Amino acid sequence: MSGGVDSSVAAALLVDAGHDVVGVSMQLYNAEQGHSRFGTCCTLDDLLDARRVAHALGIPHYVVNLERRFEDVVIRNFVTEYANGRTPIPCAHCNSQLKFSALLEQATGFNADCVATGHYARVSSDAAGVFHLWRGADERKDQAYFLFALTQAQLARAMFPVGHMPKGEVRRIACECGLPVAEKPDSQEICFVPDGDYASVVERHLPADRAGLIVDVDGRVVGRHEGVHHLTVGQRKGLGLAMPEPMYVVRLDAGRKLVTVGPRSALDRALLTASGVNWISGFPPVEPIEAEVQVRSRHAAAPARVTVTGPGRIRVEFCKPETAITPGQAAVLFRGDEVLGGGWIDSPDAA
Amino acid sequence: MTVHIYLDYNATAPLQPAVVDAVAEALRACPGNASSVHAFGQRAKAVLDEARSAVARLIGADPSEMVFTSGGTESDNLAVRGVAEAQLSAGRLHLITSAIEHEAVLNPVKVLGKRGWTTTVLPVGASGVVAPEALSLAFESLEERRPSLISVMLANNELGTIQPVAELAAIARSRGVLVHTDAVQAVGRIPVDVRALGVDLLSLSGHKFGAPKGIGALWVRRGLALQAQTIGGRQERGRRAGTENVPAIEGLRVAAEFASRTLETEALRLGSLRDRLEACILDRVPGTVVNGTPSARVPNTTNISFDGIEGESMVIALDLDGIAVSTGSACSSGTLEPSHVLRAMGLSPSRVQSAIRFSLGPATTEEEIDRVLAIVPGAVRRLRSLGAGRG
Repeated sequence: MSGGVDSSVAAALLVDAGHDVVGVSMQLYNAEQGHSRFGTCCTLDDLLDARRVAHALGIPHYVVNLERRFEDVVIRNFVTEYANGRTPIPCAHCNSQLKFSALLEQATGFNADCVATGHYARVSSDAAGVFHLWRGADERKDQAYFLFALTQAQLARAMFPVGHMPKGEVRRIACECGLPVAEKPDSQEICFVPDGDYASVVERHLPADRAGLIVDVDGRVVGRHEGVHHLTVGQRKGLGLAMPEPMYVVRLDAGRKLVTVGPRSALDRALLTASGVNWISGFPPVEPIEAEVQVRSRHAAAPARVTVTGPGRIRVEFCKPETAITPGQAAVLFRGDEVLGGGWIDSPDAA
Repeated sequence: MTVHIYLDYNATAPLQPAVVDAVAEALRACPGNASSVHAFGQRAKAVLDEARSAVARLIGADPSEMVFTSGGTESDNLAVRGVAEAQLSAGRLHLITSAIEHEAVLNPVKVLGKRGWTTTVLPVGASGVVAPEALSLAFESLEERRPSLISVMLANNELGTIQPVAELAAIARSRGVLVHTDAVQAVGRIPVDVRALGVDLLSLSGHKFGAPKGIGALWVRRGLALQAQTIGGRQERGRRAGTENVPAIEGLRVAAEFASRTLETEALRLGSLRDRLEACILDRVPGTVVNGTPSARVPNTTNISFDGIEGESMVIALDLDGIAVSTGSACSSGTLEPSHVLRAMGLSPSRVQSAIRFSLGPATTEEEIDRVLAIVPGAVRRLRSLGAGRG
């Protein structure tokens, strides 16, 4: 229970269905001393909201302290990725390594069977007992992209009570149940980044000497930057360049502190490689497969051919060039609404 | 629904029915302001007078020396800051306290430390008891500097260990230094006599021995100069302003009288229940150890570390099984900070993190202990099988 309307309604639905429900909120960072202001989610106010909802539903509420794990897994990954010129997805790590890992462990300790969240996604099992992961019914709220790393063991104990509903319906239920958070706006930012200021969070862990050069695709110097971590592939604004045509970040080289920019066309790639691949079924395909591949949370999945190139590694060849393929983001494979799996994008070029 | 077994009396105690009735009656029948001249005020004053006597009797004090406060925390703040500020003009700017005090003593000391006072923190060993020699040593290193106050608790809230306050006070007295003791966890559990202890100030808290929350007292030796912290009207002889909480004070009286009457028999009963709980856990659950020296403890408390588990996880697991315990001070739950008491004893991080406090009280029965013993081993096994001891 994050204190948001989705997890609150998820809890309400479970209680209504007669399940034995315990509300758990994760304490992920110390919002009191040491950090003047933290985040837009899972703050003390959000924990209070979660507690009020649990109380309204008549279920116990516990706060589980996962600060250390969060720091080790999510924040460290976040900072390291940016330092390496990659653009991380902390929420995906939080899901697979905290919510459906550390928290699932805690749940087992309390004799609980499953962890349920307010994610917009769906899980099902087939006749053979294999678990399948699907997009949420509400396209605009679908969060399957962030759940690609879940394993069979995790899916077996996951529940997504609101995944089959549109957001409007979820809010309606919240109002009907008189939940204190019915009108609460959705948090849009990464939970531990106040004011969307990623740079400050990352800079605390970076060496001071971060500035470097901006070059074009031919290697000509066209400007300077204050640190590769400020930028992401596909970014146009904030480059401070005076060029005849709009220029976009094409590549980040953290080692040489180099940012390569190019015209829009330079962003289009038909290929990517990814590693750390998870296959939802638990088994990689032997032969290359056709799938729709999504490379950013806000992108549409595009038809592609996926070839396994080694343990946990794939090559994705798009039928039509994709734009702004970004190292550090996830390449998530879909067949229709079903998630086949996904991996972490290494490069928009051949390995 | 599982019936809940409450083993967290050191956090707070449920009210005896007689206390509830007395408070309700006072709410209904005693509406006056004790400062008023008229009959309503006199009726309220009478409640205050009776309560003052009852609480004073509980600790061997004179009623006129009792200051009613909102509880143990306020009493501690009043003692530490009240004495420190009163001694400013004498140029005394040093405070001595122990590493295992409650935050209600440690934090005021810390705050004074930022405002110009210097402090000595007496260490404890693995026994969880302050050694009187530590105080003698502290005095030696202070040389000419005279502390304004020494504050050492009488019984530790997490361990139950009883501190040698009488010995410490004797050392302090020989140097002409005032002594405060936070007796919040001792009053109502063991006999407390301020004359025998030889202290100058003593804090107590009503809700630890069956009075409502929000009421306590500070005993202040007659003639001692104290700078009031809550300042306004002249209540409590100018030592603590504010219209008195008459119903809560009436509750305090009834609870104090009950504690006086039953203290000895309860100590025996609880001691034996606690000893059985402790011995059986140590026997039936491998990898368990008691924290704090068992020989000098209040009778109702045992603090046990369970190797390979997270204390916080165990508290939740037991709660879901209908048993209420805690990892340490209730005031610090939810934070990542491990117990400063256990750390001060020099225990390993894993031992600190896996500690559970069981504290018994009036409603605890043999049957409850049986049930706890039936549940704890399984819960520990389950938590251990997860490797939940990892960070």
